[in-house]
Amino acid sequence: MNMKQYIFSLIAIFFFSNSGFASSPTEPEVGIEAVTINLSDVKSLQRGARNFFNYCAGCHSLQYMRYEQIAEDLNISEEQLLDNLIFTNKTPQDLVTTNMLQEDGDRWFGKAPPDLTLVTRRKNPDYVYQFLKSFYIDHTSPTGVNNLIQDGTSMPHILWLLEEQMIAEDYNRFILDTVTFLEYVGEPIQQKRKSLGVWVISFLVLFLVFSYALYKDIWREVK
Amino acid sequence: MSKQEESIFTNPILKWVDDRFPLSSLIKDHATEYYASKNFNIWYIFGVLSMVVLIIMLMTGFFLTMNYKPSTEDAFNSVEYIMRSVEWGWLIRYMHSTGSSFFFIVVYLHMFRGMLYGSYKKPRELIWIVGMLLYFCLMAEAFFGYLLPWGNMSYWAGQVIVNLFSYIPVIGETLTEWIRGDYFMSDITLNRFFAFHVILLPLAILALVVAHILALHHVGSNNPDGIEIKDYKDESGKPIDGVAFHPFHTSKDLVAIIVFLILYFAAVFYAPEMGGLFLEVDNFEPADPLKTPEHIVPSWYFTPYYAILRAIPNAALGAVFLVAAVLLFVFLPWLDRCSVKSIRYRGWQYKVALFAFVVSFVVLGYLGMQPATGIYVLLARIFTIIYFAFFLLMPFYTKLEKTKPVPHRVVYKK
Repeated sequence: MNMKQYIFSLIAIFFFSNSGFASSPTEPEVGIEAVTINLSDVKSLQRGARNFFNYCAGCHSLQYMRYEQIAEDLNISEEQLLDNLIFTNKTPQDLVTTNMLQEDGDRWFGKAPPDLTLVTRRKNPDYVYQFLKSFYIDHTSPTGVNNLIQDGTSMPHILWLLEEQMIAEDYNRFILDTVTFLEYVGEPIQQKRKSLGVWVISFLVLFLVFSYALYKDIWREVK
Repeated sequence: MSKQEESIFTNPILKWVDDRFPLSSLIKDHATEYYASKNFNIWYIFGVLSMVVLIIMLMTGFFLTMNYKPSTEDAFNSVEYIMRSVEWGWLIRYMHSTGSSFFFIVVYLHMFRGMLYGSYKKPRELIWIVGMLLYFCLMAEAFFGYLLPWGNMSYWAGQVIVNLFSYIPVIGETLTEWIRGDYFMSDITLNRFFAFHVILLPLAILALVVAHILALHHVGSNNPDGIEIKDYKDESGKPIDGVAFHPFHTSKDLVAIIVFLILYFAAVFYAPEMGGLFLEVDNFEPADPLKTPEHIVPSWYFTPYYAILRAIPNAALGAVFLVAAVLLFVFLPWLDRCSVKSIRYRGWQYKVALFAFVVSFVVLGYLGMQPATGIYVLLARIFTIIYFAFFLLMPFYTKLEKTKPVPHRVVYKK
């Protein structure tokens, strides 16, 4: 899909979606496509981590997250971690912080690139996905691009070359993997939370059966 | 008859304790020989449920305190640290954040029960007043706690609420500064709010809970028929329609507690954000004094009052109405002039009024979350009038009620 078709289709989505999809307070004016995030897809998460550290980590931090926790949760060995994901002098125990200084960021972009640890919780995965797919050429902007769902963004279109070279399907996959990884980073225990919940609630349901029997037995004599 | 003779124990150690501490009489007075009506329905579980939530909040709060840092530099980071690096920290934190919403759910239902069955009426006025003090303390506790994560909504909602005090004539500005301890919401403010949240208010709440229960056990529990079971006793002096708190009501409460825990943990494990109601999206961003959120909204349990505040065109007057809306509950025992307690035997006037009040409370709660523009403001004004009419017209419409005859014994179908 070339840029023109792309913008056209986004505009089409906007007009035909009417009520819009997501209804969070941060809902932008352009309709946002709902994406399906699958956090149990470890391969997708690993690809997302690769994408993040190759394309995002130069500017963006995950300042509440440690390398080793990512490695542990995503089945990445320490060797793989050091070879493929840590490109700085950091150790696995360190927090994922960018080497870009805040004042440099402020000077270069007008506003230093934000930390992305909680971006999918602050916005939502759909928003981040759509944002990464909504860059368009705008010669009036200092970066040469603008964004349909975040007008006047100071982020350059870092994935420009990929978008040009990849077929649409692969490119969408690339973005989705990255967003899946960011969703994981927003709440690393999300999967564990959901699987543990089944056990806790099952136990309580079982306990309920017995407590109800006890209640009925004790109240038998009440007339 | 001396206390020793009344001992319920045969074990020598417990007898030794009993001679030195009123263990037997405490158990008897508050559990095994405290008689409450046998016809309690579902509305009677919310008292014990609020105790359960209180214990959950105290315990999870205790563990959160071990890793939380009350400073503007570290607060937000320490919460994320708890969520990621502290063993089971995420569960403790979600139990605490979800618990605060569930606390208000059960407390509102508990208050509604009192209004359904006239539990605030003579001789239970003091139980009601102590209960209202508990409610005020709970609101303060929730407000102080809400600031602690130092998210952007914490900061701005805290700012709005603290600024309410500046509407007080003459001393307003000075008072606001005194509360904050600074000219703006700062590290000092966060530290003192932390002190209120973890020490003063929990202590006050615990003391008031004891008073609430002591007063209740002194006069006896009300029931869905609104009659005094103490008026009909058998030869041994036990109310005919009462059953002992333990094991009868405790076994029933246990079932209720487990059902409650299932719902509570369903939220903790599957919807800790509850679509932005329990954890607001703006709070996933650290406090930023330069970045006002699009809509500043307090937590859902405060939104009915927030809607009232915004419905009044004058801000100072709005603050007065807000305070009045909360305080009016205290006067229910005297505003209600009907001699019948339970809604089962009351006239249509109170039934209609209570229904209108509940609708206005819920609608105001919804409006409090919406932007204060256009039709929303108009609706908020209409429902604010209904809200106040419920209380202020109560002495008149409750006098006109044609009540049904109240039975002598409670209605109990097995």
